[in-house]
Amino acid sequence: MIDRIASLGHSGVDFIISFGHAGRFLAGVLSGVPRPATGFPLLMKQLYSVGVLSLAIIVVSGLFIGMVLGLQGYTILSDFGSEAAIGQMIALTLVRELGPVVTALLFAGRAGSALTAEIGLMKATEQLSSMEMMGVDPLRRVIAPRLWAGFIAMPVLAIIFSVVGIWGGMLVGVEWLGVFEGSYWGNMQASVDFWDDVINGVIKSVAFGFVCAWIAVYQGYDCVPTSAGISSATTKTVVYSSLAVLGLDFVLTAVMFGNF
Amino acid sequence: MTQRTTDITVGLFMLAGLAALLFLALQVSGLSPKSAKSTYTIYADFNDTGGITPRGRVSMAGVTVGSIESISLNKETFQARVAMSIHGDVDNIPADSAAVIRTSGLLGEQYIDISIGGEMDSLKPGDTFYSTQSAMNIERLISNFASGK
Repeated sequence: MIDRIASLGHSGVDFIISFGHAGRFLAGVLSGVPRPATGFPLLMKQLYSVGVLSLAIIVVSGLFIGMVLGLQGYTILSDFGSEAAIGQMIALTLVRELGPVVTALLFAGRAGSALTAEIGLMKATEQLSSMEMMGVDPLRRVIAPRLWAGFIAMPVLAIIFSVVGIWGGMLVGVEWLGVFEGSYWGNMQASVDFWDDVINGVIKSVAFGFVCAWIAVYQGYDCVPTSAGISSATTKTVVYSSLAVLGLDFVLTAVMFGNF
Repeated sequence: MTQRTTDITVGLFMLAGLAALLFLALQVSGLSPKSAKSTYTIYADFNDTGGITPRGRVSMAGVTVGSIESISLNKETFQARVAMSIHGDVDNIPADSAAVIRTSGLLGEQYIDISIGGEMDSLKPGDTFYSTQSAMNIERLISNFASGK
């Protein structure tokens, strides 16, 4: 019994310590002064692998989520004879919630896990230590571009997700189910506010991008350098990122849209 | 893949993001360059604002001419004071017009309709509507009807 309580305390302290490590790690990564000449090509390469290569999954998921929203929304709204409000429903759902959140979840699965595995394998094969031996700071050379790439790519992906979703909803609602196109866009424009809805959604995705990229690179950098360690670090990245995104989403939603 | 190709693809990716943001701004939220045009504020005091909210619609003969800026309680008269921003080009609202809270459809949103008066003078920025008509409250209507008033 006492052992159990002790182990509970132990794991609590471990959690706080790892949080402290993650914070120090972040400070170490961000404090490095970027050197444009060498840093920029590295960042581009990471933006390509993190952002551009995630585009396919984002576009396909966005399209289908928009189409499902259109179909479900039409079924419910047509009971009340207000299927014209479908554009408003789809746009607000996507721009405020589903765009940032689903993009972040997909991003954690698609790009976050890859970042963790890559950095973890670099650590396991001692590439990071050999960089240090050569006087190259791995935090600046390897970690920082990946962190920044995740941070920059996420809002872009989330915006594209929302737009594709709205287009998918129009495909189902207007082209297939016959909602009048003018009321689809008109109701949308009357109810979506650029600053309150669109920009708040973008702010959300910036926060999610930061958290997902941070968790992914930290888990890779901190992993036990064995094959089992890398696999558990990859799992942790996906689990922690998803939980952090959903928790943070509630807090941000309460702050941004909870003023009623 | 060469550095040049990577740069170009990433550039296209960022451009796609910008284009998407532009689409969200112009087509989805209806933010037009025109919406920055000048507006002026006029006020109306209501006994009951019902369900109107800030950013709601202010219309005249069914045409949207402005939006609701804020709703606050006047502590002296215990009435709700609604500030409306009206498009600058609608500058000839007759001074004896009335602000009426209406509902679009049976279950739709509530909005403020300006019913036009006949006076030659017009409302100036900062003026208050002389007469208003509060939101129709269905529960009150039913209870009045049931008690025979």
